[in-house]
Amino acid sequence: MKHQNEYRDPALARLQLRAIAETVAGFDRTMTLMEICGTHTMAIYQHGIRSLLPEQIKLISGPGCPVCVTPVGFVDQAVALARRADTIIATFGDMVRVPGSSTSLLHEQARGATIKIVYSPLDAVTLAEKNPASDVVFLGVGFETTTPTIAGAILTAEKKKCKNFYVLCSHKTMPAPMAVLAGDPELQVDGYLCPAHVSAIIGANAYQPLVDAFRVPCVITGFEPLDVLQGVLMLARQVVAEEARVETQYRRVVKPDGNQKARELLYRVFEPCDARWRGIGEIPGSGLRLREAYARFDADRALPVEVEPAVEHIGCLCGEILKGKVRPADCPLFRTTCKPEDPVGACMVSSEGTCAAEYKYGEWGLEVP
Amino acid sequence: MCLGVPMQVKTIENEMAVCEIDGVQREASLMMIDDVAVGDYVLIHAGFAIEKIDEGEARLTLQALRDALDMGLVPE
Amino acid sequence: MKSDIILLGHGSGGKLSHELLDDLIVPILSGIGQRDQDDAAVLVEQQGRLAFTTDSYVVDPIFFPGGSIGGLAIHGTVNDLAMAGATPVAISVGLILEEGLAVSILRTILEDMSAAAQHAGVRIMTGDTKVVPRGKADKIFINTSAIGIMEHDLEISGRNAQIGDKIIINGTIGDHGMAVMASREGLELESDITSDSAPLNSLVADLIRGVGRQLHTLRDPTRGGVATTLKEIAIQSEVEITLREDSLPVGATVAGACAILGLDPLFVANEGKLLAFVAAEAEEQALQIMRSHEYGRGAATIGEVSSANKGKVRLQTAIGGLRAIEMLAGEQLPRIC
Repeated sequence: MKHQNEYRDPALARLQLRAIAETVAGFDRTMTLMEICGTHTMAIYQHGIRSLLPEQIKLISGPGCPVCVTPVGFVDQAVALARRADTIIATFGDMVRVPGSSTSLLHEQARGATIKIVYSPLDAVTLAEKNPASDVVFLGVGFETTTPTIAGAILTAEKKKCKNFYVLCSHKTMPAPMAVLAGDPELQVDGYLCPAHVSAIIGANAYQPLVDAFRVPCVITGFEPLDVLQGVLMLARQVVAEEARVETQYRRVVKPDGNQKARELLYRVFEPCDARWRGIGEIPGSGLRLREAYARFDADRALPVEVEPAVEHIGCLCGEILKGKVRPADCPLFRTTCKPEDPVGACMVSSEGTCAAEYKYGEWGLEVP
Repeated sequence: MCLGVPMQVKTIENEMAVCEIDGVQREASLMMIDDVAVGDYVLIHAGFAIEKIDEGEARLTLQALRDALDMGLVPE
Repeated sequence: MKSDIILLGHGSGGKLSHELLDDLIVPILSGIGQRDQDDAAVLVEQQGRLAFTTDSYVVDPIFFPGGSIGGLAIHGTVNDLAMAGATPVAISVGLILEEGLAVSILRTILEDMSAAAQHAGVRIMTGDTKVVPRGKADKIFINTSAIGIMEHDLEISGRNAQIGDKIIINGTIGDHGMAVMASREGLELESDITSDSAPLNSLVADLIRGVGRQLHTLRDPTRGGVATTLKEIAIQSEVEITLREDSLPVGATVAGACAILGLDPLFVANEGKLLAFVAAEAEEQALQIMRSHEYGRGAATIGEVSSANKGKVRLQTAIGGLRAIEMLAGEQLPRIC
């Protein structure tokens, strides 16, 4: 087994779809299932899963795109750092086109800034070692899957006595916004497809408090197409049976207690803090910041810069879209003023944001047979 | 958020491993997991192995996929 | 050549320029010992419609697995002519060199160009060399322009795709883009992915001879990949194209590298591939012709022109779902989300 192609078998997909159809056959209303992970948003679009599900099931996207929920001020601060002399910005590709209040990192590169796309935060540490005369600032964005890797990079930099490696952080944690959403009386979500790799770190048990408080089914689901279909099936079965449990579809990777070692690494370097989610607002305790002991790696504390005042664009429905209340097509700016090459709001900025995914893969204009 | 790729461990040196998928190789840190052996499959994200892939559980999942139409055989 | 690096003087028209031309460029590129002293190359009179194309090459890195900027510069321009159904007659080469470029590097690139031209059966008839100060160009930029003849009266064009046409590609997708990306610093991927850079003119000649009027459109899916090229044709011909994901030939290593970096092979550049739109009745014959050719062994039908729904491209996914294909805002970037 190589753990990839096996989960793309069309015959098995048809089996899952039949089982799903049979499960919801008698269901007398729309079943709304929400995924809260950008990678799920992408997977669902890439494989055309919505076109295959029965009409009663509505799959919506929540605030699972860390780039989309990062406040515009973060990009502005990254831009200000990019404009510093002898500074290299190292970043995941996801951040490069995100517009700040007046510009983006890609634009700044055209104006002379040094922006390097890296695949791993460890590559940014290597970059710092190879460029001792420059300050290398890594843009730390992401949920619990990615934050431990940045913790690992900082510990590596510490071991190597690296004096020119910094991280600008905007990390967030996952279960917190789910509680906000589940508690929103306007939102009717029957079940959550929980993120595969965040859960690999935090463990399936992390969702139990949500289930206890709100009696809403949670199924931790992988990203391959068969994983997604099986996850939908498991959720549908719970909803029809009026159950509310935490179940793990992605059993080959996710354990009940997750990855303790990864969490130890994470919390050695980071500590919880309050965080602002673009489109949602402030959620207490939902962020992660560098501990005092690692303050010297914190670009925010160690490399002060003047940042332009944040300008949030108004008129878009990103807030409602991030909460799954409306779909991109309902936003008046979608495809008119707001497009991937010229995004207005959070949901269009990242390639796997809800609106960007809908624009790129979307079924608008497609006649689904 | 969290593109992860299942890769096979080819060599291990200290806390770094060379991992491979379909002939493409990449170094990854094993800082986040214990008890990894050459030949194991691990999930790679941003240059780190974030978890081992459990062959037994994978087999069960595939079996459940094949048994989808049998009610009650969905694993817990 | 006395110097081992390129100097500003090599582009100024004086003795150093002559030395560069006589000792290096002319012998390698034109294969004739004596350089023609005239400013323009005069071609033999041609019969038939002429095709004319130009392209500039700025790829980084200049050497990548399977090729170099030199080979690319010849293949790319030959292919542009071929996509119009034109037989290449003459190529020009414009070089912009950065002061300080190692002569040994220039020599290798010129040799690649010469080999590529010979292999494609095309003559480099004229050229120009300039040198700019260090830092004003990235090692070497190349422009190639070419004239070709239409040895037939077919209208092979992006406007001519017909409903019912089958869409055939001559081999695997994404090889060139991934070969270049894998060899870029910062991503640190080890693989044996090689660029597919190749001249397609003789493959096109075989196709035209074999299926003639039933060949409606040809295009090479370079920047932006197969997806972008098909979207362009769907818009130009005002039709809808349906692709089948399970028919797309993707090499295993390319698929692996794309999986790691979060890239879609459909949007990755190719440099030795063509998309041929043929009438349905000619599909089998076209496949046979392509598979008998050195550059068409992996030929496969990947989709068809499905309806008059203007400008739409849809993909039937491997598990049977449906999704739309749109052009990307810009270059596809690696992602972790």
